[in-house]
Amino acid sequence: MSQRTAIGGGSRPSLRRGARRHFDAVRNQNVLQGPERIIVLDEIGCAILDLCDGGRRVEEISALLAARYQGDAAEIEADVTGFLQELADKGLVSA
Amino acid sequence: MNAIAPAGPPLALLAELTHRCPLQCPYCSNPLEMVRAAGERDTGFWMRVFDEAAALGVLQVHLSGGEPTLRGDLEALIRHATSRGLYANLITSAVLLDAARVRALAEAGLAHVQISIQGAEAATADRIGHYRGGHEKKIAIARAVNDAGMALTVNAVMHRQNLHQLGAMIDLAAELGAGRLEVAHTQYHGWALRNRASLIPSLEAVKAADALVAERRAALEGRLVIDYVAPDYYANQPKTCMGGWGQRFLNVTPDGRVLPCHAAETIPGLEFERADDRPLAEIWRNGAAFMRFRGTDWMQEPCTSCALKEVDWGGCRCQALAMAGDASAADPVCGRSPRHAALGERAMAEAAAPPPEFAYRRFGK
Repeated sequence: MSQRTAIGGGSRPSLRRGARRHFDAVRNQNVLQGPERIIVLDEIGCAILDLCDGGRRVEEISALLAARYQGDAAEIEADVTGFLQELADKGLVSA
Repeated sequence: MNAIAPAGPPLALLAELTHRCPLQCPYCSNPLEMVRAAGERDTGFWMRVFDEAAALGVLQVHLSGGEPTLRGDLEALIRHATSRGLYANLITSAVLLDAARVRALAEAGLAHVQISIQGAEAATADRIGHYRGGHEKKIAIARAVNDAGMALTVNAVMHRQNLHQLGAMIDLAAELGAGRLEVAHTQYHGWALRNRASLIPSLEAVKAADALVAERRAALEGRLVIDYVAPDYYANQPKTCMGGWGQRFLNVTPDGRVLPCHAAETIPGLEFERADDRPLAEIWRNGAAFMRFRGTDWMQEPCTSCALKEVDWGGCRCQALAMAGDASAADPVCGRSPRHAALGERAMAEAAAPPPEFAYRRFGK
């Protein structure tokens, strides 16, 4: 049995099998779908997942977003880590 | 006429492709009067339903039955649903699958497979499903689903004859590499209602199961998601059945009728329209069966004045009918229902007596 996925700065996250992104044109929103799960993604959530290709590390993803949104790097890394940990605990992200 | 708020779009469609099934589980959610093979709809029908469902706002399609893998067109249906942006989920007993077909389903675009298990070991599981060799086959196919790169859920329907194996069933799901386990206490409709005395556990056994699930869920966080469907006969608060009648969910039967829930046919006086007679969107928005219990205007006391009426939406209509004789009554599971105490007493009395033989789920009676 696998161990719990713990997201840290060195993790290389990607969508887990069964997790799929979709643009819901009827409700005009982005969603992440998984087994019996539908999660609505805001712009930041989409921007984070766009960068999760299984190669980039969380600290690289956070640095790219900090540059793009001109935010505090440490704060953004904490947000990114929290977001991805929540998705990992829902079984939608692996690292 | 009461004002009923217009319905938002549904999120999920349960497509009951067939009622045929090699298993005979005594708690099957199919109706007692099942649709025979000759009444089933063809590939083109289901493709049109998926087109209309996607346009209406459905995001997930659950391919179910009976046993959906009996349909030779399953791959074509998955391919079509996926091409419309629907998230395709297969609900299967797995006993008719082999590794090659599992790979073909994955290639067609299937995202997620739910495999039912009836127990933790073959003797118990095969007796409950009334299918020799079934348990062993399920385990092999669960591994094949993993190998094919699809998400795996293990579905465990619990009752007095397998509840003692719950811990071992959780272990089995984790060992099989499932990302999700659904531990669902039997809901007493259809076949399960007929077999209730053979299935209903004691209050003590239910409390032990609640505690076990809470403990294992915490221990397995981040490795195995455990969704738990509580046994509502011993509850005080009814379940939010279907997320509210006609609010999130629709069901299409093997012969093409559109239902607000899979058990809705038990309610007399409701007429169900066919998806080939009227657009799905119109049935959803304006169909009489969907309007009948949508919102809160149909309610009577104690629901009308209840602060939770838009939380649980009065609970389950089919259970209200079956237990209270009135589909508009409060779900008798609710502590505010005048029938609540009698329900719990009856459950405890049945659970205390020896279980009768199963009436297995079969065509004809």
